[in-house]
Amino acid sequence: MIAHALIFYLLSSITILSSIMVISSKNTVHSVFFLILAFVNVSCLFIMIGAEFVGMILLIVYVGAVAVLFLFVVMMLEGNFVKVKQGFLQYMPFGFFIALVIFFELIIIIGSWQFRPEFIKTAKIAYDVKETNTVQIGKLLYTDYFLPFQLSGIVLLVAMIGAILLTFRRRDNLKRQDILKQSSREREDSIELVDVESNKGVKVND
Amino acid sequence: MFLEYLNIVLYDLLKIAALVVPVLIAVAMIVWVDRRVWGAVQLRKGPNVVGPFGLFQTLADALKYIFKEVIIPIHANKVIFIIAPIVTMSLALIAWAVIPFSETLVLANINVGILYIFAVSSLGVYGIIMAGWASNSKYPFLGALRSAAQMVSYEVSIGLIIINVLLCAGSLNLVDIVLAQKNIWYAIPLFPMFVIFFISALAETNRPPFDLPEAEAELVAGYQTEYSGMMYALFWLGEYANILLLCALGSVLFLGGWLSPIDAYPFNAIPSPLWLIFKILLLFILFALVKAIVPRYRYDQLMRLGWKVFLPFSLFWVVLTASFLYFFNLLPK
Repeated sequence: MIAHALIFYLLSSITILSSIMVISSKNTVHSVFFLILAFVNVSCLFIMIGAEFVGMILLIVYVGAVAVLFLFVVMMLEGNFVKVKQGFLQYMPFGFFIALVIFFELIIIIGSWQFRPEFIKTAKIAYDVKETNTVQIGKLLYTDYFLPFQLSGIVLLVAMIGAILLTFRRRDNLKRQDILKQSSREREDSIELVDVESNKGVKVND
Repeated sequence: MFLEYLNIVLYDLLKIAALVVPVLIAVAMIVWVDRRVWGAVQLRKGPNVVGPFGLFQTLADALKYIFKEVIIPIHANKVIFIIAPIVTMSLALIAWAVIPFSETLVLANINVGILYIFAVSSLGVYGIIMAGWASNSKYPFLGALRSAAQMVSYEVSIGLIIINVLLCAGSLNLVDIVLAQKNIWYAIPLFPMFVIFFISALAETNRPPFDLPEAEAELVAGYQTEYSGMMYALFWLGEYANILLLCALGSVLFLGGWLSPIDAYPFNAIPSPLWLIFKILLLFILFALVKAIVPRYRYDQLMRLGWKVFLPFSLFWVVLTASFLYFFNLLPK
């Protein structure tokens, strides 16, 4: 039990420290790397409470895909992070307000879960049964929460299409290769043997 | 109490060493196999001087790298520059923890084994991005961006292929997946997926014909340009450990892992780890042959193949597999 507690405190303190580093480090790329460190530690914490599926999904989705895209954007935008830091005091009260709202929401959820279990039914996933929690999450998602699950998928799809549409622009002067056309080219289509008459030359198409 | 913990930790360390040391030796040998196959295809001899058949060539190379000077560019971001090869190498090694060599011979028999491998291999991209960015130089950065885009794209199709296997096996545990192939290896009913997995694995490990991140004609050596000495060797070892890992994953998912092809006397007398090693070697020789035979892809062709061919096809195959299993009542309980 002591080892368990020690590992927990190690992981959680690294999580908190790296989260602080995310907002305080001077280099934006370093911030993203600290964010990744925080994600990895949180996924370890998930594994420690037995939520192995959630932990792995956190690693795959957030660290493996989302943070890579973050890094892409931040590496491209590098240089103007000084501007980002301006107006810190101006935005601080608003940020503080949002943090307060989230804090009270957490208190409401955790408090009702601890003291009024009949208020919110949270005991649907039990952790002391034989089934792995992958199976349990799957069963819940595809039975009780089937419609919300599908809906969230559609919302993501719409967001993806919207993002593509916003950034898509067609350029006309671009030469694209049509693979099908390219592979079905024959010798006759591209090569023509011509006898060149002296002093007349050949007329070249295009 | 304390001694008990020490005992557990030491015992586990011993087990980890018993896995990591053979993997490292296998990596050294596989580099030699790669070069020999490559040589044979091009009617050369390949490395044949150091040791019997040139077997110790890789060790000689590694020794050379160790004694070379490590150069860190002045404008590089030093910490990240040094961490990058370490990340690549250690990620390539930790994924081996869940590969089962027989029904009991597995370091960590966890319930989400396949997700663990998928997560670790998706982390592999960070070693390359970190190297490219920290070098603070044009070619490494371009190579890193290419590589990140490439690995993220092909991970999508690998994920869908894995879903196919999971639908058939009904478990995320690698031991269960192998045991579910007792009757038939998944390479036979899911043959198209096996082919796509093989090609995606080539792209995922930046092997030719998809070695655009280090395309020497355009990018010098891609993200490895600024690296020298031991740090370069770490990248190189990590890359081969990753290739070996994907060969192992391919044999566990599609070729029945440690199972013998026919469950009859002369075959099942061979110990099961040997079967797995044999299958890994078979897949690796295919990898090496592809490297020798196929010319490098262009970048837009690579992206087209990943997103416009493999992704729709593997998605279609997921639907096909799921409906087949559902309508013929073959879904695993």
